[in-house]
Amino acid sequence: MQIRTLVWREIFERKNQLATSLLAILLGITAIVSMKNITFYSEKAVARELDALGANVLVLPKSASVQDYYRADMQDDEFPEEYVSRLAMSDIQGLDNLSPKLAVPIELEGKNFTLTGILPKQEFQAKAAWKGAGIFARPQGCGVVVDLPGAPEATAKETLIRNRVIETLESDEVLIGADVAASLGARQGSTLRALGEEFSVTAVLPETGTVDDSRIFAHLHTVQRLAGKGAVINAIEIVGCCDEISKGLVQKVNKLLPEARVVTITQVVDTQVKTNQMMGRLSMIFLVIIVLVGGASIANYMYANVFERRREIGTLMALGAGSSLILKMFLLKALLVGLAGGVGGCLAGTVLAVTLGPKLARIPVLPMPMLIFWATGISVAIALAASYFPARRAARLDPCATLQEL
Amino acid sequence: MLKMESACKSYNHRGRTVHALREASVNIPEGDFVAVVGPSGSGKSTMLLVLGGMLSPSAGQVFLDGQPLYDLGPDQRAKVRRESIGFVFQTFNLVPYLTAMENIQVPLFLAGVDETAQKERAAVLLERVGLGDRLDHKPSELSVGQQQRVALARVLANDPAIILADEPTGNLDPDTSNDIIEFLIQMNAEGRTIVMVTHDPRAAQRAKRTLRLIEGGLNA
Ligand SMILES: Nc1ncnc2c1ncn2[C@@H]1O[C@H](COP(=O)(O)OP(=O)(O)OP(=O)(O)O)[C@@H](O)[C@H]1O
Ligand SMILES: [Mg+2]
Repeated sequence: MQIRTLVWREIFERKNQLATSLLAILLGITAIVSMKNITFYSEKAVARELDALGANVLVLPKSASVQDYYRADMQDDEFPEEYVSRLAMSDIQGLDNLSPKLAVPIELEGKNFTLTGILPKQEFQAKAAWKGAGIFARPQGCGVVVDLPGAPEATAKETLIRNRVIETLESDEVLIGADVAASLGARQGSTLRALGEEFSVTAVLPETGTVDDSRIFAHLHTVQRLAGKGAVINAIEIVGCCDEISKGLVQKVNKLLPEARVVTITQVVDTQVKTNQMMGRLSMIFLVIIVLVGGASIANYMYANVFERRREIGTLMALGAGSSLILKMFLLKALLVGLAGGVGGCLAGTVLAVTLGPKLARIPVLPMPMLIFWATGISVAIALAASYFPARRAARLDPCATLQEL
Repeated sequence: MLKMESACKSYNHRGRTVHALREASVNIPEGDFVAVVGPSGSGKSTMLLVLGGMLSPSAGQVFLDGQPLYDLGPDQRAKVRRESIGFVFQTFNLVPYLTAMENIQVPLFLAGVDETAQKERAAVLLERVGLGDRLDHKPSELSVGQQQRVALARVLANDPAIILADEPTGNLDPDTSNDIIEFLIQMNAEGRTIVMVTHDPRAAQRAKRTLRLIEGGLNA
């Protein structure tokens, strides 16, 4: 027999009454942990996008809704590929790179991936008319993050991830994302069947933590043919020069392509920043609610528990228990409730965030082990604070009053 | 050994004062076995609680081996109870969620005995009251008579010099009552001082002497 035996046994004897308060605090912690977790990764995603993309501009169908840059091309609507030529032939300054895309959902071995058609640079150069426009003759790199020095030249295809533009891609070649490679067991050089056609994998792209990981990149015209859609695309990514963007590049593109929607990456990111701010505020509100509801629920339970156990407390006192032991018994119980709520809530919240995060916020969410300290700290503090007065009342019970209803 | 000097206890009940004890004095020498009888509401339970250091009298004092109990603080009185006084109750007051064994471990735990020693002693005591095969039963899984025997084993755990029993046979059938009284007589024979409140004249007869309490006043 130790004090924890006493506490532990009592908890299990009357677990049903305790369940409600435990649930209150557990659900609260679950909610706040999942919010914190999602917000953290959402903020990280924003930072990464801004960092990696600088001043990108997206040309999208009019009906497009843009929440996430990486999914910008996953739209139901399409527009003619001819828009690319219009841009290439125009006299708009500051267009660094053009990257038209068409995304088609496909299923391989029972898993969902996105077959993304892209146009390699070689195609632009092949078109005599475009050559004249000289898009690529202009100084490059003004809108893109420069490659890290010493990055291996051999894996040039993998620069797609950083530059979002690729030099060459044959019609039977594909580049695959890290997730695709992992789940299909494909490597560089292996072959892959999609939509009834054989492709050879020319490169596995490094992991990015974005939806790009579950993409299969193929030649735009191959994808158009296989999807039976004709010469259409979902999006054009433009790497524009920052100073040109500030000089009204977007408005110029908009004027040129009035049937399309033109947004800058900062606009896209802006919605996400706003969502993050809202989540941050929401989690503060939640915190207050948890403190109030969880705390009230625990305090209420504890008062009832003290009342119910008057006789038992009196017996312990008759057996020689001092008031400090009684106080400790109740506070230890509160500590256990707080720990259970904190750890349980943190686990549930993490599971929720990891499963719902990609669906709701469209970002990959990973577990954050540090949150467990934060969550249990809050939960234990609430439980202890809420139990202090009931516990003190128990410790101050008149030992005889607790024996009176004999 | 245990001396109560003109103890008064009054309760305030809805604005009215109820006098449960009026100037009650008693001197209980070591090794005594006193039966306290009296009509219901005469203050017997109150007197026992006052004797046991559980209830401060409104006036008067209780001395244990010459030490005035109510000059001590509550925690020191708890220590005295832990070391020298055992209570037996009419409704046994076992802790409902602990097994027979664990109930007996409680006073040992309170006295700071280590766990192995607690278990050994609890097993010996349960054996002594004839419940060696009921160690893991919870109170609800024991008969009423068995519950009172667990309570008796618990009272012996810390080897108290004084045992205060409030109607220990009040809830029991005559045979079981008799067993319990036999145990109390045995404990008295071991040198413990016993004060037993009872309504049962046959139980009272087995004590060495009887005190009568009427309306909070004692007359031997
Ligand atoms: N907490 C209390 N508040 C008010 N009055 C009380 C309280 N406890 C006891 N009393 C009163 O004090 C008197 C003595 O009570 P006590 O319990 O000592 O009687 P008793 O002799 O043990 O009775 P019984 O034989 O029925 O157990 C009774 O009149 C009772 O109503
Ligand atoms: Mg009584």
